[in-house]
Amino acid sequence: MERVVYSDNAATTPISKNVYNAMLPYLTTGYGNPSSLYSLAREEKKAVDQARMYVAECLNCEPDEIIFTSGGSEADNMALKGLLFRKNFPKNKRHIITSAIEHHAILHTCEFLERIGYEVTYIGVDEQGHVKMDELEQAITENTALVSIMAANNEIGTIQDLKAISALCHSKGTLFHTDAVQAVGHMKIDVKDMGIDMLSLSAHKIRGPKGVGALYCRKGVVLEPLIHGGGQERGKRSGTENVAGIVGLGEAMRYAKEHMDDYLPYVASLRDRLIEGVLKIPYTRLTGDPVNRLPGTASFVIECIEGESLVLRLDLAGVATSTGSACSTGSLDPSHVLMAIGLPHEIAHGSLRVTLGEQNTVEDVDYLIEKITYVVKTLRDMSPVWDEKMSGQPMLNLFDK
Amino acid sequence: MEYSEKVMDHFANPRNVGTIEDADAVGEVGNAKCGDIMKMYLKISDDGVITDIKFKTFGCGAAVATSSMATEMVKGKTIQEALQLTNKAVAEALDGLPPVKMHCSVLAEEAIHAAIADYYKRRGLNPEEFMGACDMNCDTCGKH
Repeated sequence: MERVVYSDNAATTPISKNVYNAMLPYLTTGYGNPSSLYSLAREEKKAVDQARMYVAECLNCEPDEIIFTSGGSEADNMALKGLLFRKNFPKNKRHIITSAIEHHAILHTCEFLERIGYEVTYIGVDEQGHVKMDELEQAITENTALVSIMAANNEIGTIQDLKAISALCHSKGTLFHTDAVQAVGHMKIDVKDMGIDMLSLSAHKIRGPKGVGALYCRKGVVLEPLIHGGGQERGKRSGTENVAGIVGLGEAMRYAKEHMDDYLPYVASLRDRLIEGVLKIPYTRLTGDPVNRLPGTASFVIECIEGESLVLRLDLAGVATSTGSACSTGSLDPSHVLMAIGLPHEIAHGSLRVTLGEQNTVEDVDYLIEKITYVVKTLRDMSPVWDEKMSGQPMLNLFDK
Repeated sequence: MEYSEKVMDHFANPRNVGTIEDADAVGEVGNAKCGDIMKMYLKISDDGVITDIKFKTFGCGAAVATSSMATEMVKGKTIQEALQLTNKAVAEALDGLPPVKMHCSVLAEEAIHAAIADYYKRRGLNPEEFMGACDMNCDTCGKH
C-alpha cells in the first residue's frame, strides 16, 4: 500500500494520545459547569485551574496572566481591540505597529481598526523575513499604543528576535504583543526573559484540539473584554469554559515543556534532511532564515512550476503539503509573506511549504523527497516556462506584463 | 474550493501533453498575475482539419485540466469548428469550475484562438478576416 504522509503541521496537528486521554473524561462524565457550587462541578474547576497552571509554567508566567480563548485568532483580536477599546485608554494612543508578514488574524484586525479611525504602520521585512529594526524604531511614536510582531512566521518559519523587539518597544514606552501561534511548543518561550507583554497561542498547532487557545496578558496590562457575559476568566472573557478543550491545551503545554528538549532536535533533524534532499532539485531555493527557523518548517520556491499543481499532485501521491501560490489563495496575488520577502510573482507561484512534527519519521522524509522530486519533474516536463528556461530564453516578457 | 472529479481526472492524467516539432500553428497565452501560461501546438491538414494537438501548461490544476479538455474538444475538428469553442463549453465539459478558476477556461479558449491566428499568419493571411477583429483586450496573448 502507498504511504500517506501528513506534513502540513503548521496548518494543524494530529491530537496526541496523551491529549486525547486527558480530554476524554471531560467529554463524557466530567460535564459539570466550572462556575457551579455543587461538588459535581468541582473536578471541572480543578481541571481548568490545572490546565492554566501548565500553560503558565510553559511560558514562565503566573496562572492568572492566562486567559483562555477560542483559539489564536480570538487571542490576537483580544490583544489589539481589547487594549484600544479599554475605558480611559489615553486618547492620543491611536497608533498600532505590526509587520507585513503577520497572520490574517492580526492583519485583518488591523485593517478593521484602520477603517474605524486608528492608524496602523506595517513594518517591512528583509529577504529572510526578519522585521526591519530601523524601520520599527522610526515608526514608534508617543502615540503608539502597541507593537504586534509574530514570534515565528507560519509560511517561511523565520523566528524573530523577540528580545530585541521588546527591548526596543519598552525603551520607547510602548507595549509589545506577539502572535506566537506557530512558535509555542516549537521553541523555548519565556515571556519574562523575552519581555513580552501579551502573547497569543493556539492548542491545535501543538497536538491539542481545535477551538481553544489562550492569551497571555502581563499583570498591569488592562484589556476590555471582547465577549461580555457571565464574567468567566476573571471577567476578561465570558462564556462557559470549553473544559475539555482547555484540558487538552493544558496537557499539550505540559507535554511541550517536559519533552521539548527531546523532540525539538529530532524534528529539526528531519527538517534538515528534507531541506537537503529537496534542494538537490535544480532551480530550487529555501525561503526564510536558514538557521533561525521553526524546527518543523521547510519552505521552498521551485522555479517553473506552479504551487497549486504541485500540492494537488503531491496529494495524489499521499502527501499533504501547502503553498502560497496565487492559485491557491483564490486571489491573483501570491501570499503576502512571499511578496513581502521580495520574491517576484513568477518565483512565488512555485512555493511549497512542508511542515513536520514529532509524529513524522525519517522514512516519511525520504518518501517526501522522492515524491516532491518526481512531481516537480513531471510538472516541469509539461511546463512551457521550463522549456524556455532550458533553451535559454526565459519567458520573462510574459511575467513582466 | 473543490474541483470536480472530471477536473481532477484531466489534471492527474492530462491528455495531449507535449509539443509538435513541425507544428503548423503555435499559440501561447499567459497571464502574468495569476501565473498561468499555456502553449498549444497544432497540426492542421490542407483541408483545415486539426489532425493533432499538443499542449504545455504552467499553472494551477484548473489551468492544466482546461488545457487538456480543450485539446480533446478540438482534435479532429475543422478550424472553423475549433473557433466556435467557448470557455463555457470547456468548463461545462469538466462539470464546472470554481468561480475563481473560470479565467483558466478563458485562457484555454484564447490559446486555441492564438494558435489559429498563428496558422493564418504563417500562410500570409490576416487572421482578422477569418476570426473577427482582435479587440486587443483579452489580456492574455502576450503578443501585443
